[in-house]
This record gives sequence, structure tokens and C-alpha cells, in this order.
Amino acid sequence: MRVYADNAATTPISEHAKAEMIKYMDAEYENASSLHSFGQSAAAALAEARERIGKCIGADAGEIYFTSGGSEADNQAIISAAHFGAKKNKKHIISTKIEHHAVLHTLDRLKKEGYEVTLLDVDENGLITAEQVREALREDTCLVTVMFANNEIGTIMPIAEIGAICREKKIPFHTDAVQAAGHLHIDVKAMNIDMLSISAHKFHGPKGIGALYCRRGAYIEAIISGGAQEKGKRAGTENLPAIMGMAAALEDAVASIDENAEKLCKMRDKLICELSKIEKTIVNGDRVKRLPGNVNMCFQGIEGESLLLMLDMYGIAASSGSACTSGSLDPSHVLLALGLPHAVAHGSLRLSLSEYTTEAEVDHIIECVPKVVERLREMSPVWERILRGEEIL
Amino acid sequence: MAYSAKVMDHFQNPRNVGKIEDASGVGEVGNAKCGDIMKIYLKIENDVIVDVKFNTFGCASAIATSSMATELIKGKPVSEALTLTNKAVVEALDGLPPVKIHCSVLAEEAVKAAIKDYYDRNGIEYDAELFGESGCSNCCHCD
Repeated sequence: MRVYADNAATTPISEHAKAEMIKYMDAEYENASSLHSFGQSAAAALAEARERIGKCIGADAGEIYFTSGGSEADNQAIISAAHFGAKKNKKHIISTKIEHHAVLHTLDRLKKEGYEVTLLDVDENGLITAEQVREALREDTCLVTVMFANNEIGTIMPIAEIGAICREKKIPFHTDAVQAAGHLHIDVKAMNIDMLSISAHKFHGPKGIGALYCRRGAYIEAIISGGAQEKGKRAGTENLPAIMGMAAALEDAVASIDENAEKLCKMRDKLICELSKIEKTIVNGDRVKRLPGNVNMCFQGIEGESLLLMLDMYGIAASSGSACTSGSLDPSHVLLALGLPHAVAHGSLRLSLSEYTTEAEVDHIIECVPKVVERLREMSPVWERILRGEEIL
Repeated sequence: MAYSAKVMDHFQNPRNVGKIEDASGVGEVGNAKCGDIMKIYLKIENDVIVDVKFNTFGCASAIATSSMATELIKGKPVSEALTLTNKAVVEALDGLPPVKIHCSVLAEEAVKAAIKDYYDRNGIEYDAELFGESGCSNCCHCD
């Protein structure tokens, strides 16, 4: 049995999205910026896609800007707000310690350019409060950027409450909703969100396409210069096949959002419940304010890359926040922000489900993970120490 | 990052996993914070390594290099085991990704640490320079 449980990394594309893409690669290949009638039908499709995508998050068509994906949308939102703030001598940005690197590394860049960044601590469940944001606000704050839901531990942030505070204080609020779009209800108006990033391949759309929502009246600037596409905010011929694929995928995801969430929460909770029976195991992230398909646990005494590769032998694709899998020497910044010791964080496992996941697949995971954990613990000198009651840091 | 077939074989079917209760020498290197710990047990008779076992906490290459290192020294005189280099371990595994070379360094050091323990226990004199500093030399956490 082959089980794909790494949907937070990317999802398989839906048949519907694929068919839409092929249609716009095949018969309707024209450039939406062309003046001839051929191009005009492409332009009409583009306008329609913009409207459909906007509707899915409570935005108007004119507030949707297509980008190459979530990272570009995050970069554009943050850099725009930073530059706008600088014009008024406001160079302070508030974010959290568990953001995606697309946000954190953009903030690092801005720090080098003289901006001050406050990264809010999360609690042991991986959450911040809106009150923390309020307390961190300063006269010179030009942006608050807080992710909608975390990609590793699945925690859902109090976006509407943060939005209300930012609106009251008239401070631009951006949220990286890459993991949330298509999985959680989003209403940018009701939640007072000024900018929001999404990426199609996280909800069964194609890779290489995303969107930035920017509230009418909020400021964004182009970070890719060239033609006048996207109202001059993002140059480059529109990737119409990908845009149409994204529109189809997002509409489908939103249409069955509650049904999918119910199914996924059941499978998620079954996995957490059954895998928690393995001794010396920690569940990472809030159990309730959590993405429907996210499971993240640490198994003490073992290391994540070994765990992943052994699960791979059993046909299971998962992910880990261990240093070895992150390509750096430190385990995931998200797990460390929860206060986990390095040695524990090295032993993390993320399983991320999608509506394509079946009960039989969940059962296969439940059958295999304990075997793999036991096998690795049997050969682990750290596990031996844990059994002796020694503290491992 | 892809592992060679040999690395995957030694990871999936590690040789000499376990402990030796009446070991002649035991060596442990690395630390849990870095994500790698190797512990090697030697049974030595007449200056020959008649048995060797290991326990490792770490990634696939840490397990594979431990396994290969034990294979390379099993049945060998202690003096020969002392000449084991991390390079020899890497070559025997048909290479390691660059970021994983430190695992082979740990394997070499674990073998040396176990031999040093054997020498210390038996009052055998040795050149301290043979052993040097233990610990993963290219890891950010090691003081």
C-alpha cells in the first residue's frame, strides 16, 4: 500500500483542475493582454477566474493579484507594507516566531535594511493571542503579519481578533493563508484582513501559481517590473492555464469545506489518539485550534530522518522537522519555539492528510508507525537513557 | 539528497546492532542536541576484535556509517582498527552526501573512543595524539 501523507508539502492535482489547465493550454492558449479577439476571450477567462477566486475568500475581483505562488505573495505584501511605512518613518513590523520562511527570511532582509522586527513568542500549543499583538504595537509599526495556520503543527491563529485590532489602530495586516485557503473559512472583509497570500498546490491546484489579496485602498507595489499586467503590480504574461486550474481547485475546495473538514478531523484525531499510545510521545500544536488534516508528534529517543525513510519503506510518505530533513543543523524553528528540547524536536513526524486520504490508509499508518518507532528505539542509546529516567536535552 | 544503494542497505538492514554486556571497551560520541549519538561496544581477545556491536541515535547515514564501521573492524587486530578513517567508511558505502560526511567522522571517533576505553581499562599505554578530541568536529552545537 502506498500512502501519501505529506499534503502540507503539496497536494495531488484534482482531475477538475487538470482538465481546466489542459483546456487553456490547448484550445485557449492566447495571451490575455492581446487586443485581438482571440486574446480577448483569454482576458475574459482571466477576469472570471479573478472573480471566482475573490468570492472564495470574500474579496472582490479587483482585489486579487496573481503571483507565482505563496512565497512571492508573502514577499510582495511584506515588502510593500515596509516601503509604504518607511515613507512615513514607520519601520517596525510585528510577526511571530513560527511563520513560514517566506515571511521570516523576508523580514530578515528588511532588518538588514534598518527595519525593526518583533517576533511574538507562541505558547506551548503554538498559538499567539491578539492581546500579544496589541501589546507589541508601537507608534512606528507599519505592518502586522501573522500566519492563518501553521504549516508544521497546524495551529490556527486568532486572525479575526488580530484583524480587528489592526483595523482599529489603522495598521496594515497581512496573513499568510497558504495552509488555510480551501481548508478553513476565510472572509477577508469580516476578518479585517488587508493582505492575504494563497498558493494553489496546497488545495489540489497546480504548482507555480498563487494569489495576493490586497484590500482596495491598501498599498502594494510591484516587486517584478515589466508590463502592465495585474494593474501594474505584477509584470509578466498571466499564466492562464495555472490560474484557471487554481480557480477550479479553490472553488471545489470551498464548496466542500465543511464536509472535508469533518472527515479529516475524524481521521486526524484517530491518528493522534492511536499514535499517542506509543510511550514517550508528544503531540505538537493545539488539539482543537488545528488544521483538519494535520498531525504532528515527537517520538522521544529517535531521529526524524530515520523515521521518515523507514516509513517510506512501508510505503508511507510523511515529513519531519528534524535537522537532517531541514538541511540545517538545527531542528525546525517551529518546534523549538514550542519550547521543545533539541533532542526531542529531532524526533518529529508530520502527517498531513487530504480529502483523498482513506480510512484504510490511516489504518496502515497506525499499523506501521509503532513498528518503526520501536525498531529505531531498540538501537538508540538515547532511548536507553530515557528508560533509565535521565533527562535528555 | 539521495543516498547510495549501499547506504540504504546498511540503514535498512544494519549489521551488528546491539550491546555487549561484558564488553572490553565501550565508546560513545556525539550528542542528542545535534541529533547524532553513536555507541560502540568491542569484545577484544588477544588484541583482536572478536565481536562488535553498536547503538545509534541519528539519521539514516548515522545508522549506515555505524553499521559499516563495525563491519570494517570486526575480526581485525586492534592496531588495524585504529587506522580506520572516516574516508574509508564513506568509500565502503559508495559515498555520502556532503552534509552527511560528519556522520562518518562520528563513526571513526566512536571506534577510537571504544579502543581508548579498552586501553584505559587494561592499563595499556598509548599515544594520546592517536585519539585527539572527540565530538563531531563540524557541528554548531559542540563546544
